[in-house]
Amino acid sequence: MRVDVIMPQMGESIAEGTLTKWLKKPGEKVARDEPIFEISTDKVDAEIPAPAAGILGEIKVQEGETVPINTVVAFIETEAGAAASAGPPAAKASPPPATPAVARQATPAAPAPAASRTPAAPSHAVAAAGATGPVSFPKAAAMAAGGAGADEIRRVRSSPVVRKIAQERGIDIGRIAGTGSGGRVSKKDLLAALESGVAAVAASTATAAVPAAFPSAAWGPAYGAGERISAVPMTAMRKKIAEHMILSRRTSAHVTTVFEVDMQRTMRLRAQRRQSFEERHGVRLTVTPLVVKAAVEALKAFPLVNASLEGDAIVYRKDINIGVAVALDWGLIVPVVKHAEDLSLSGIAKAVADLGERARGKKLHPEEVQGGTFTITNPGVFGSLFGTPIINQPQVAIMGVGAIVKRPVVVDDAIAIHSMVYLALSFDHRLLDGAVADQFMSHVKQILEEGRFPELA
Amino acid sequence: MNVTQPAAVEAVRAGARRCGALYLGRVGYREAAGLQEISARALKQAQIGPGTAPSGSAAPAEAPILERLLLLEHPPVITLGRNARADDILADRESLQALGVGVETTNRGGQVTYHGPGQLVGYPILDLNPDRRDVGRYLRDLEEVLVRTLRRLGIDAGRRAGWTGVWVNERKIASIGVHLSRWVTTHGFALNVTTDLTHFDLIVPCGIRDRGVTSIARVIGRGIALEDVAGLLVPEFGAVFGREMVAEATVPAGAREAL
Repeated sequence: MRVDVIMPQMGESIAEGTLTKWLKKPGEKVARDEPIFEISTDKVDAEIPAPAAGILGEIKVQEGETVPINTVVAFIETEAGAAASAGPPAAKASPPPATPAVARQATPAAPAPAASRTPAAPSHAVAAAGATGPVSFPKAAAMAAGGAGADEIRRVRSSPVVRKIAQERGIDIGRIAGTGSGGRVSKKDLLAALESGVAAVAASTATAAVPAAFPSAAWGPAYGAGERISAVPMTAMRKKIAEHMILSRRTSAHVTTVFEVDMQRTMRLRAQRRQSFEERHGVRLTVTPLVVKAAVEALKAFPLVNASLEGDAIVYRKDINIGVAVALDWGLIVPVVKHAEDLSLSGIAKAVADLGERARGKKLHPEEVQGGTFTITNPGVFGSLFGTPIINQPQVAIMGVGAIVKRPVVVDDAIAIHSMVYLALSFDHRLLDGAVADQFMSHVKQILEEGRFPELA
Repeated sequence: MNVTQPAAVEAVRAGARRCGALYLGRVGYREAAGLQEISARALKQAQIGPGTAPSGSAAPAEAPILERLLLLEHPPVITLGRNARADDILADRESLQALGVGVETTNRGGQVTYHGPGQLVGYPILDLNPDRRDVGRYLRDLEEVLVRTLRRLGIDAGRRAGWTGVWVNERKIASIGVHLSRWVTTHGFALNVTTDLTHFDLIVPCGIRDRGVTSIARVIGRGIALEDVAGLLVPEFGAVFGREMVAEATVPAGAREAL
């Protein structure tokens, strides 16, 4: 009898399939469950088994044709008496019934019983479904039977010291050409590789020159004769800050806009999630990463705020690199969270914590304070309600976060006590109109007021 | 005709199935294809039925591990999926040879892609029977595993409707291409960790001509060992697919004999 071979349904959302290849020709004998054609849908390629044993008859759909599911693509003429009724649709690929002797005989490579019972390999259970701890893999002469490649041996046989250094420095041993016996990577190889890498970093740390800006002579001496003073030379950092501030004031047309933001939801969300967040990510959930994340989202929506002016060209900067000002006992430094648009909240929190800590330990690399596209400063830590920060050139805007304080506010015509904050945005009026700046701030405000942080949901 | 599942197979399917997880380091493309074949064949044979499965009384508390997640990296190689077009490789064969980049034709879905050092390649050998027989769902599940893993590294990755794979903004960080035979999966995903991204210039990744690629190292600004990423990925894989993950050092000899 004739059994239809159909284009199977490969998934709920899939309405059609492309028949890419016939594995059998008309007239050829096929076993039940033996692959007879291949189909392809988007990223998936699948072999489709015969729904019954028999002879492949007429082929209705040629290679390369795309047809809706359940279309008959061919017929199989079953042998008399064998598997008389059509089996389940091909797509189901169910195990065959115990009975069809013909099919069983024709199944290629009849499996040995032992094959389905693999002996227990050296193994240990590491993760039940839902567990979250990272997994470490047992080391062994893996794949000996399959023929381990030289690279594999190199990796496995590197000494623990080499592996440890490599891991600490984020170096993949597999990428280093080993000169040790059997191609293994020696400590010398690793150190050489590290050195060349370090050299590359060191070469990229040129600093931009800033024109000097100390016209103090114009005002005359700051003190009169006989006044008790003590004159101390400025530190290099102080000088740099001074130069930069004056340069920025002279460069940009500064305007500051201030928004009042109800932080009630965000603060509550943070209180609820801070413990699990810290356990999960190993970093404290402070307010700064939340504000940074809100700013990043708003910068995505208003790319002009992430731009720079270069001559008379507007340079849109595709990377969002957020400078986060860190107050130090000896001044101020603005390390930059690079590619913040690619980072999740926890990624931002880690970067902010790491950069802040290393700023205080004087361990920042020069390139980590360069390349910012937007800056956030936090005068609130000292109690300021809001400031009018000076733009960090060549950026066009800087946001100041004031102190978060509980205030009586009117909510739904009732007076409530909410955590409130003033956010100030100083922007370069040459490039940004007030409307853009205020829409940007309104976007930030919305995220913070709604506590719109999907990761914390 | 409705076919009842053999009892032993049914028993294996009760509760969380166990799935081996292996980190194999660097493995040649064809060698890895062989390992996949070994594992897939053992799995399909277990599927076949009562004649070959252990009898009911043997239905063990410790069912044999048949499903595996192979994690590894390849030497530089360009692979052509079923839907690849000849002009998706931009470099000529001579210059590829000069760069030490091989070219392989495969039976996975998708177009052309590049594999090489610093890329974590995952080949899940899973039986999607009986409850996951949906290719769309399988692709989305693989994406979910990758998105969750990246989130653990602080990277905000996601999907793009109509573009299978995992993206960080407009740049692709992981590619997916799979093969199914009786709902047993082979091939899988490739996640750029410290991959030399310039090698993608040799091809049009997945036929996408106007989008870039990225890597974990590029996003977080530092390198990270492949094995560490693998260690983060395995539990997420177990959670998404509802499998109990078991770290293994090697594909068991028993599975090899099946070949």
